Amino acid sequence: MPSHLLWLFPLLPFIGFVLNGTIGRKLPRAAVAGIALLFTAIPALLWVWLWFSMRSQEILQLSTTSRAWIETSALTVRFALSVDHLTLIMLGVVTCVGFLIHIYSTGYMAEEEGYWRFFAYLNLFMFFMLVLVLSANFLLLFVGWEGVGLASYLLIGFYWKKPSANNAGRKAFVVNRVGDFGFLLAMFLIINHFGSLSFTEVFGAITSHPELHGGFLTAIALLLLVGAAGKSAQIPLYVWLPDAMEGPTPVSALIHAATMVTAGVYLVARSHVLFDRSPFALGVVAIIGAVTALFAATIGAVQNDIKRVLAYSTISQLGYMFLGCGVAAYSAAIFHVMTHAFFKALLFLAAGSVIHALSGEQDMRLMGGLRKRIPITFWTMTAGVIAIAGIWPFAGFFSKDEILWQTFSHTENPLHYLLWAVGLITAGLTSFYMFRLWFKTFFGEERFDEHALGHHGTSAHHGEDDQASAHHHHGVHESPWVMLGPLVILAVLSVIGGWVGVPAAQFGHDEIGHFLAPVFASGGEAVEATASHGTELALATISLLTALIGFFAAYTFYYKKPGTLGAKATGNPLYRLVSSKYYVDEIYQFAIVMPIMVTSRLVLATLIDGGIIDGSGTFAAFLTRLAGNGTRRMQSGNIRSYAGWLAAGAALVILLMTFTALAQHLK
Amino acid sequence: MVPIYAYLILAAVLFTIGIASFLFKRNIITVFMSIELMLNAVNLTFVAFSHVHKAVHGQIFVFFVMVVAAAEAAVGLAIIIAIFRTRQTLDVDRINLLKN
Repeated sequence: MPSHLLWLFPLLPFIGFVLNGTIGRKLPRAAVAGIALLFTAIPALLWVWLWFSMRSQEILQLSTTSRAWIETSALTVRFALSVDHLTLIMLGVVTCVGFLIHIYSTGYMAEEEGYWRFFAYLNLFMFFMLVLVLSANFLLLFVGWEGVGLASYLLIGFYWKKPSANNAGRKAFVVNRVGDFGFLLAMFLIINHFGSLSFTEVFGAITSHPELHGGFLTAIALLLLVGAAGKSAQIPLYVWLPDAMEGPTPVSALIHAATMVTAGVYLVARSHVLFDRSPFALGVVAIIGAVTALFAATIGAVQNDIKRVLAYSTISQLGYMFLGCGVAAYSAAIFHVMTHAFFKALLFLAAGSVIHALSGEQDMRLMGGLRKRIPITFWTMTAGVIAIAGIWPFAGFFSKDEILWQTFSHTENPLHYLLWAVGLITAGLTSFYMFRLWFKTFFGEERFDEHALGHHGTSAHHGEDDQASAHHHHGVHESPWVMLGPLVILAVLSVIGGWVGVPAAQFGHDEIGHFLAPVFASGGEAVEATASHGTELALATISLLTALIGFFAAYTFYYKKPGTLGAKATGNPLYRLVSSKYYVDEIYQFAIVMPIMVTSRLVLATLIDGGIIDGSGTFAAFLTRLAGNGTRRMQSGNIRSYAGWLAAGAALVILLMTFTALAQHLK
Repeated sequence: MVPIYAYLILAAVLFTIGIASFLFKRNIITVFMSIELMLNAVNLTFVAFSHVHKAVHGQIFVFFVMVVAAAEAAVGLAIIIAIFRTRQTLDVDRINLLKN
């Protein structure tokens, strides 16, 4: 495939955005959907072509550049796109899963107002995400990075009439910004030390100087981590993701599960050369990943909103990916990115299907017994739940297990056994809360009132309390095929998607590991060939058992004896702590937001902006008025006063002349 | 010989009287006369210095001053007559239509 066609990848969704954004309002819904789907389908097809051409010709990298964007004596930056095997995988996830979600959205958003706006923003997101993934230098990546943050803000706040949605969008953008600040500082350091932002130049400089170690490289790596933590919702910048569920469900699926939140992982993987030279930074990455995974899993286990459970699950799984990166198992992390995209998008879309079936209900306490009513949604969601729980042979098992195995055998980090244990416990918790969700939603007695559906105020499906909403489908109904089709495809992928990474210990060929090896082969890779397969199999069995224990726990408490945990939990202080999300939002509000707001209002707004800046303007006006008033007296209309001023002026001039003449004379 | 300072003091006194009456008198004609007085005081100073330095420059300048004085008197008196025709008064304080 000729390399200049790479520009089509971002360009096509951008055209879709422009079209839908400008004339979409006047077009019929079918046309809007058609434009959006067309400009997303073509990149997906292009990716297939790219895949085949790169595989058949064994090309490792394809790139294209343009004229200079920034050109100074100190720095030159170009618009440059490049594709290697890592990009190829990310590209596949973004375009194909993105396309499936676009199809789903045409059904899900069919009755929403602002249909054209939704698809315009969705295409805008695709544009920026593709720029991010294809970029060959840090600056263009940052453009994509910021852009997906913007698209995320626009889409979270899609139901702009709801104040909670607006606040959530703002929160997402501001927290992301904090991370972006770290990213910017990292870029400044990179420019300072390497004089370039291009990946090939920076990473080439690092590899050709084997003595470079720690020091400023650690600083750069940690700052990049700050940026990644903001975008990929890790501690301490994860707080925006649960609130982001205010957006429509396809947005949660695409942006906050499959693609945007993996940008941080992609950044770390792309900069692996940098991270490999700083064991300290890698350790921090691993610890943050593991802690976030466990932390989010505990919160997710006590949530009642189906989307919140999935949101915390996303944070937790992202923690796994960071853990993978932190033990230098980058291919395992990217493998998990891929499988996670499949099953998490599936879970979100299926949850959307459930919400659609119940005309807007999202609280699991008001669900139950749905498996007979919406069978296709049930079966596809089951595939997703089994996949994320990490049960063999579904996709999640292989990727999660690979990360856990790499953590266990990564002897460079002194904490690696502890991290492995944390990962294992989290896996058990993941299985537990996912099956809890499964049982509460689809099994048991029906806790919803079929005839009251869509009429009461908890209709979070639509943005406003719309009595005239066309959502008066009486009773529970299965979703249309335009929504179920993508679910089925993603369910199939969730089953078979892991089979490209079956490790040798389980008699597989680990195709994905070998596929990504040329990208990550810069040394520092975890030991692979000589490690004992016995240990690996043992660990795999342990992970599987933990997942099954989680299943049985959920089975006991949510199927056999429903309500027992609920009875024990209310009043329990530990439960209160976890269900209040450890009061993190409140802590941030008190320690960070309030001081900033107080400083802004009292000091900056009144003192400096009102006082000094406005004051200097007011003062200048006062001086002018004063001068004007004084000079006014010269024009009184009274002739004798004119005479007086004349005489005074003449006297002044004479005095001046005398004294200057005297001064000169005396010199 | 009369010392130079005698002329200068006389001229200064004349000039001061001219300024004072220019500022304090109410009759326009009197004001004009005081202007002429001031000009003549200056003329006297010029001539005195010209005599002291035995040079003619001062007296040449006196010519110029006299020409200006004459022209100015002519124009000024014409204006006064025009004003008198409309306002029927020679009181400076009463010619105050431009006062706000």
